[in-house]
Amino acid sequence: MTKRKFGLGLSLMLAAGTMLTACGSSSDEGSSTSGSSESGGGEASDFSVAMVTDVGGVDDKSFNQSAWEGLQQFGEENGLKKGDGGFDYLQSASDADYNTNLNNLIRRDFDVVFGIGFLMEGAVKEIAEQQKDAQLAIIDAVVDAPNVASVLFKEQEAAYLAGVAAALMTETNKVGFVGGQDIPVIERFEAGFLEGVAAVDNTIEVDVQYTGAFDKAELGKTTANRMYSAGADIVFHAAGGTGNGVFTEAKERKEADPDANIWVIGVDADQYDEGQVGDANVTLTSALKEVDQAVIDIANKAKAGEFPGGETIVYGLAEDGVGLADSRGAIPEDKMAQIEEYKEKIASGEITVPETVE
Amino acid sequence: MSNRAINLLVPIVSVILGLVVGAIIMLVSGFSPIAGYSALWNGIFGDLYTIGETIRQITPYILAGLAVAFAFRSGLFNIGVEGQLIVGWFAAAYVGMAVELPKVIHLPLAILAAAVAGGLWGFVPGLLKAKFHVHEVIVTIMMNYIALHTTNALIKTVSDGGDSTEPVFASASLRSEFFENLTDFSRLHYGIFVALLMVMVMWFILDKTTLGFELKAVGFNQNASQYAGMNVNKNIILAMVISGAFAGLGGAMEALGTFEYVSSKGGFTGIGFDGIAVALLGMNTPLGVIFGATLFGSLKYGALNMPNAAGIPIEIVEIVIAVIIFFVASGYIIRLLLLRAATKKEAK
Repeated sequence: MTKRKFGLGLSLMLAAGTMLTACGSSSDEGSSTSGSSESGGGEASDFSVAMVTDVGGVDDKSFNQSAWEGLQQFGEENGLKKGDGGFDYLQSASDADYNTNLNNLIRRDFDVVFGIGFLMEGAVKEIAEQQKDAQLAIIDAVVDAPNVASVLFKEQEAAYLAGVAAALMTETNKVGFVGGQDIPVIERFEAGFLEGVAAVDNTIEVDVQYTGAFDKAELGKTTANRMYSAGADIVFHAAGGTGNGVFTEAKERKEADPDANIWVIGVDADQYDEGQVGDANVTLTSALKEVDQAVIDIANKAKAGEFPGGETIVYGLAEDGVGLADSRGAIPEDKMAQIEEYKEKIASGEITVPETVE
Repeated sequence: MSNRAINLLVPIVSVILGLVVGAIIMLVSGFSPIAGYSALWNGIFGDLYTIGETIRQITPYILAGLAVAFAFRSGLFNIGVEGQLIVGWFAAAYVGMAVELPKVIHLPLAILAAAVAGGLWGFVPGLLKAKFHVHEVIVTIMMNYIALHTTNALIKTVSDGGDSTEPVFASASLRSEFFENLTDFSRLHYGIFVALLMVMVMWFILDKTTLGFELKAVGFNQNASQYAGMNVNKNIILAMVISGAFAGLGGAMEALGTFEYVSSKGGFTGIGFDGIAVALLGMNTPLGVIFGATLFGSLKYGALNMPNAAGIPIEIVEIVIAVIIFFVASGYIIRLLLLRAATKKEAK
């Protein structure tokens, strides 16, 4: 019995061994072809750009993904290929990985390297000091260095419009806000939303809850459940992946009762697809933060030799860097017109939206 | 086959098996294992920069591993290393940025603060275990969450609503210009010496002192220790405090070496949980922890280069690394197979 078992183990090892040798030869060819295509890509163009995601990853349905889509679009427009000499990304598994990932991309001679997210502030600053010839850009944070372009968004302006939309559309006079981590970026969303709601009707109650995380959909779901049960009919989330739970809760309620007046306002990207439930959709609109457009803008400037190093570029309503997504009929025409009025007032500077909650 | 030969063969065979299975996974997913493994190798030993960064990554793993191993030797399962590390991280960063003192005082003070904070975080579960027999696993897990959210709140207070503290003063930093120049600006810092010193401290406490003897005795059998006249409760609390202090020092490595600041976190760092595997891989011995931490740290850091140089997605990379560690950890099975092979030969 034991003899047979050992024989089986031995033959397994032998089989694995032969498989490894077999794969050795085939993979040799694979690596040599990829090597030649890399050098080919390098010759085709003279400008390359890459990005490092934060721990959210490139498929977070939020700003990392948006930035990557921007890079892909930029690559397409300029005939670049993914990889060395074109465009590429590296994903970070923990905070400690940012430095290494940024360094790796700079060593691969990308002309501009983006750090996506405020979490990378420290890493970008450190690398910028060490690699003085590299051109870096950071989203959602300011790094004061001559070779770093800092990109900020006026999230509060998009959130203000979301607040106006929520206030115009609520029937229960109660709306909710679900935040991720309690950090300055998310506070700008909260401040804008509160301000927007109050601008329309200051008797409307806003239930503000922070979940403390951007990647816990189950927390988003329970929080949304409490809000809807307490009578809120519109919930605005600024919580990344946690916000997916808000959509799940709203969709479940809509499925159970198709006449229920339940809405979600999405964030960062147009989250219409997230809200689809059968023929209905729970997405009222989304507070857009056009990270992709900003990434393309910076890349284009750098390509033209006008890399805005040392500058802080703020994208707001006036620059079309933030805004509201198409509601696809969920908000009626007359109310859209009212929202449009607020939008023009913000863009012209007549209304200044505060960045912090008072 | 002699016992010695088997002892030598076990780790070699398990690593090779892990690599083979990892290669199969890469092959099945359509990536070249050779490109993948050479990227892994270069990611660890490629140049001075990666070697420096690899050692930097190993440093906190050694301390987290020591923390788990120390508690384990006293019969306690400290799952709270993560939380103890986080409070240690905050304490060291706070002391490092709040006051400016001469380096000879400031640096030891910041490191000590981390050890005290971690020790305090270990004291609570130890006390509850000793006095009320509350199971330390439950308490330490819950203490992790308390640590995470308390430090987040404290960071917000300390930084006036921001999400990370000011960097620590140079007088509290473990960074070394010498290492930076040597390793092309890697973040290698003097913390590795602290970690190695603690390995010796743990060995000394466990093997050379009465305290260590008592702790191990309590770990083997509480009732017998009690009967022999040892104060079991005192030893349980002490074991948790020392374990927590090791974990806190791991946090100090991040606070004063790798990052030089502390920022609010959406989730756990994972170092503390990996510390459990590091300790078990090292059979809970001080020297073994160094090997476990080296394996974990090298693989974890080198893996970053696999998406970079070989284009393998990070998800596949994580599976491959997990498989390698899995095979190393299951060395017992391989030892069993080898032993059977040996006895079979003798029978013939």
